[in-house]
Formats: sequence, structure tokens, C-alpha cells
Amino acid sequence: MFPAILFYIFSATIIFSALMVIFSKDPINSVLFLIFSFVNAAGIFLLAGAEFLALILVIVYVGAVAVLFLFVIMMLDFNIENIKKETKKFLPLGLFIGAILFLEISLMIYTPEIFSNEFKIIGKYQISNLSNTEILGNLIYTDYFLQFQLAGFILLVAMIGAIVLTLRHRDYVRRQNISNQINRDSKASIELVDIKLSDRGKNDN
Amino acid sequence: MIIELGHYLILSSMLFTIGVVGVFLNRKNVIIILMSLELILLSISINLVAFSAFLNDSVGQIFSLFILTVAAGEAAIGLAILVVYFRNVGNIEVDQINKMSG
Repeated sequence: MFPAILFYIFSATIIFSALMVIFSKDPINSVLFLIFSFVNAAGIFLLAGAEFLALILVIVYVGAVAVLFLFVIMMLDFNIENIKKETKKFLPLGLFIGAILFLEISLMIYTPEIFSNEFKIIGKYQISNLSNTEILGNLIYTDYFLQFQLAGFILLVAMIGAIVLTLRHRDYVRRQNISNQINRDSKASIELVDIKLSDRGKNDN
Repeated sequence: MIIELGHYLILSSMLFTIGVVGVFLNRKNVIIILMSLELILLSISINLVAFSAFLNDSVGQIFSLFILTVAAGEAAIGLAILVVYFRNVGNIEVDQINKMSG
């Protein structure tokens, strides 16, 4: 009973905040509602027994992705009025396509074959008394190790891509040029000059 | 009241639909489009976790972890492209984004 009530609260909050993400005027509000919906999705994951994934969701989304969105929104000063004028124009089309899509998905879900008992496969990790994190670790570092490394590679590519895209060299900024520094020798940097002594010093004596 | 797979699937499909409608409604605001994509990926994650709990097989959660990775990378690259676009054009309306190709 209590988990069911929790499920309904979490899912109602997710739907509400997802609607607020797409309908709110200010992108800052959208990001905050996105964070809220992800926190509630973490609650849903906890109810489904995926506690590792729930906490990873909070760490990755609330800690990293949402902060990234907030930084970008605060860094770019665009005006919202120009953008929001078009929303009304696309509302009928969007609702039409959304209704069709939801109808199709609902029809697909309510096929009785999906809910038949033949789909209840008992996994091989059910008998063990390991925690969720241990089970996931056992799977990731053995059977899915290649995929795990590919995920790390995807993150590396994303990092390099983001840096390459946003890096720019301004001409008026003087940077340290390390190869020039290392290749300098004393001949190029020190010049010995013979100074002519003037006559003034003799006159003082 | 018992929570079964169908509840999770309905929640996931509603979230997916909201994400798709959000892409249509905010055609000009790339940031909201990216957030709608995050919502779509979250709905797919919920779907995978629900099936993982239903079938008692933890592989679905691992797949959901990979979806999380791809979503994080996609957000980073998308926002980087958005910053470059804003530097070149001065606004974030995506109507003239084909000018970026030259």
C-alpha cells in the first residue's frame, strides 16, 4: 500500500514537472523543473529496486548535467520574448502528434501477450543475496566490460569535442608558448654590447 | 493497490510523449529541445528499469547506465554547439542554423 502511494506521488510529480519543463516561459524554470523531475525519477528507480541507478541519476543529472544547462543559460544572454512568440503557433500540431503517439504507445502496451506469464523470466542473479550495486558491478566488470570501456570512450570523445568546439584563441591575450621557451638559448636572448664610456666620469674627478 | 509493470510503462509513455511534444512546441529554443531530449531518455531509462525489475534481470539496469552516459555526452556536445552558434549568430533561434555549414 505505502509503496503504491509513493509511486503515484512520484509519477504525478514527474509528469507535472515534465509539463512545466516544456511549457514554462523562462529556461531557468525549465532547468529547475528538469532537476525536480529527475529527483522524482530517482525515487521511482528506488521503488523498482534499482538503488545504484537512482543515486547515479541524482549525481549525474542534478550534479553535472543540470549545472551545465544552468551555466549555459546564464552565460548566453538571449532574449526570451522573441523565442516564445512561436510557441502558440506550434501548439495544435504538437498536441496532435503527441496524442497520436500516446495512443499508439498505449495500444502497444495493452496488448495482452505482453502481460502473459511467459515473459516472466527468472534471471540468474535472483537467488544471490548480493546488493544491487554488487550485482551491477559483477555484470559490468565481467560480461559487459567492453561496453563499459566504450562508454568511457564516449565520455572522452564528448569531452574532447566540447573543448575543441568552445575553445577560441583571442589575439590580444598573451599566452605561454612552451616550445618557444624551451628552444630559447643564450645566443638568441642575450646580446653583449660594447658600451662606450663617455667623458663625463673623468671630469668629475 | 499493487504496482505492476503496466504502471511503469504508462508513466514512461506519458513522459516520452511529453518530451516529443516539447520538441515540437519549442522549435526555436534549442535549450528546451535539449531538455526534452533528456526527458525522452529518462523515460526510456524508466522503461528499462521497470523491465529489469519485472524480468528479474539486472542487464536492463546496465543498459540504463549506458543510456545515462550517452545522455551526458549528448548534453555536453549539444550545449557546446549552442555556445558556438550563439557566438557566431548572437541569438539561439535555430531557424537559420543551416548557415553554420559554410
